Amino acid sequence: MTNTTAPDRPGRQKRDTTLGHIAYVLRENPVTLVAFAMLGFFLGSAIFGPSLVPFDPLATNAARALEPPSWDHWFGTDNLGRDVFSRVVVATRLDLTISVAAVALSFVTGSILGSVAGYWGGWIDAVLNRFLDTIMAFPLFVLAMGVVAALGNTIENIIYATAIINVPFYARVVRAEVNIRRNAGFAQAAKLAGNSDLRILAVHIFPNALPPMMVQVSLNLGWAILNAAGLSFIGLGVRPPTPEWGIMVAEGANFIVSGEWWLALFPGLWLMLAVFTFNLMGDGLRDIVDPRKRS
Amino acid sequence: MNARLKMILGRVAQAIPVIAGVVVISFLLTRALPGDPAAYFAGPAADEASIAEIREALGLDKPLIEQFFFYLGDLSRGDLGTALSTGQPVIADLAGRLPASLELTLFALTLSCAIAIPLGVLAATRPGTWIDHLFRVLVTAGVSMPTFFTGIVLIYVFYYLLGIAPSPLGRLDFLFLSPPHVTGFYLIDAAIDRDFETWLGALKQLILPAATLALFTLAPIARMTRAAMLQALSSDFIRTARAAGLGRRKVLYGYAFRNALLPVITTLGMVFSFTLGANVLVEKVFAWPGIGSYAVEALVVSDYAAVQGFVLAMALLFVLLNLIIDIAYALIDPRIGLN
Repeated sequence: MTNTTAPDRPGRQKRDTTLGHIAYVLRENPVTLVAFAMLGFFLGSAIFGPSLVPFDPLATNAARALEPPSWDHWFGTDNLGRDVFSRVVVATRLDLTISVAAVALSFVTGSILGSVAGYWGGWIDAVLNRFLDTIMAFPLFVLAMGVVAALGNTIENIIYATAIINVPFYARVVRAEVNIRRNAGFAQAAKLAGNSDLRILAVHIFPNALPPMMVQVSLNLGWAILNAAGLSFIGLGVRPPTPEWGIMVAEGANFIVSGEWWLALFPGLWLMLAVFTFNLMGDGLRDIVDPRKRS
Repeated sequence: MNARLKMILGRVAQAIPVIAGVVVISFLLTRALPGDPAAYFAGPAADEASIAEIREALGLDKPLIEQFFFYLGDLSRGDLGTALSTGQPVIADLAGRLPASLELTLFALTLSCAIAIPLGVLAATRPGTWIDHLFRVLVTAGVSMPTFFTGIVLIYVFYYLLGIAPSPLGRLDFLFLSPPHVTGFYLIDAAIDRDFETWLGALKQLILPAATLALFTLAPIARMTRAAMLQALSSDFIRTARAAGLGRRKVLYGYAFRNALLPVITTLGMVFSFTLGANVLVEKVFAWPGIGSYAVEALVVSDYAAVQGFVLAMALLFVLLNLIIDIAYALIDPRIGLN
């Protein structure tokens, strides 16, 4: 809308290429650039954090328990004298791993279910839709609680539970994208050329669903982190003394009424920033992938 | 009116297979588990004999289909098993605690609708201005806030620093007796009893947890309101109304807002899903004696029957809320019954 009045710039014709479009979107919306920078920061903390932090995240030091933030301990120390900064940074890896693993699982499962239902239709489609409706009929966090309770209280089961509640979103996107293309000209041409159904589905049709899926992945990652942290906040999955944001907030909550704010604030803040990053990135990606859906 | 009635009845009929699906899944969650469900139900402290006894009582030695009919029979009698932690039937525990959760959730939702909808309208009528940009950042920040963290921050600021909020422990301070039970909603019960001090005490306890939940639900509602308003404002009938010379207020509220309200009501369904989940976390933070904190306590001690009863109750509540939303939609949609 706005670029109709924009003055001609030398690089304007480049906008037709994908990279040019990405560069254009990033220039127009610096917030997305910030989001990608923050993502780099979190990935850096996840990969290098454990070897860079000043203290062992599990080492206790009773002599320096519950100290407020200082030059020695940037985020203060907890009730056992552990360095909160080190714990917050080290926790990044676990939190990101849980959410990435969960989202990857639901991406794969949702893609397969949605492709099959969208391509072949019929009773498979009807059964899948009923099944997805039933999952969505549960408040999703509550269903995750039930699944973890049923499967057992471990980190793997947190991942499975988070994956299960995310599957409907992916399956629906893929089903819709596959369904509108299953009789498209290029699909029929591929079939005439002698490709099998499976090959047409996997190589010709499914890649078309990837752009909207990427947006979904980014928005979902933030939500998956929140969900996993929420589950560990109520005492599921991660066990102390493992550093993890949700459980650190839960432990810190006991000290907030007596004024030791740093125990809960920093892990909570990091958690919030991580979710914020993925949400901003999702919005930015949507602008790149589908400019019409900008809000 | 006839068309509306038909639509409402159709919607009620649609809820039946969903409820059936919910019952099947909660049955599968209890039975098709790895390991021994009887051991789950008996709890960690049970010995061999009591596990065998429970296995027989639950009919776990029978085929799965037969067990499902046993389960249906139990459900129809309102029997969800016995909670180990309280020794009470799960259904009685849930019924006793449900009003606390509902009071919190409904109060919070009303609060967030009252703030989010005007906010969304404000941003939509001024697109591209600093109000709009601020709105975008706030809304994205809002969805990124973990509810349990917001709650803790609010406790720190309003209880510890400012000292204006009561201690975050439950629905009523120890100084007060709970009002005589009529609805189970303390605000309503205290008002019926004309006990103004208790009413105020209950309100004070309610405000922080409700604000926490409201902050969480604010963002999606505001975002949807803004998008729906923008879409309504750019549609043909608004152009026509403006061209016909109708006043700004009439166009905005009489035409655009009424139409924008429909997609907002549809989003409320999704918002409810998040709210009921977030409710569990908020209840834990504020020691609110609702069904969420009941489930958390049960989870910690692996009280399986209680958790399952909670999951089923929440799912049924959610289906019911969605049904109410859709009926409300049918009632206010100006297009139904026009032909």
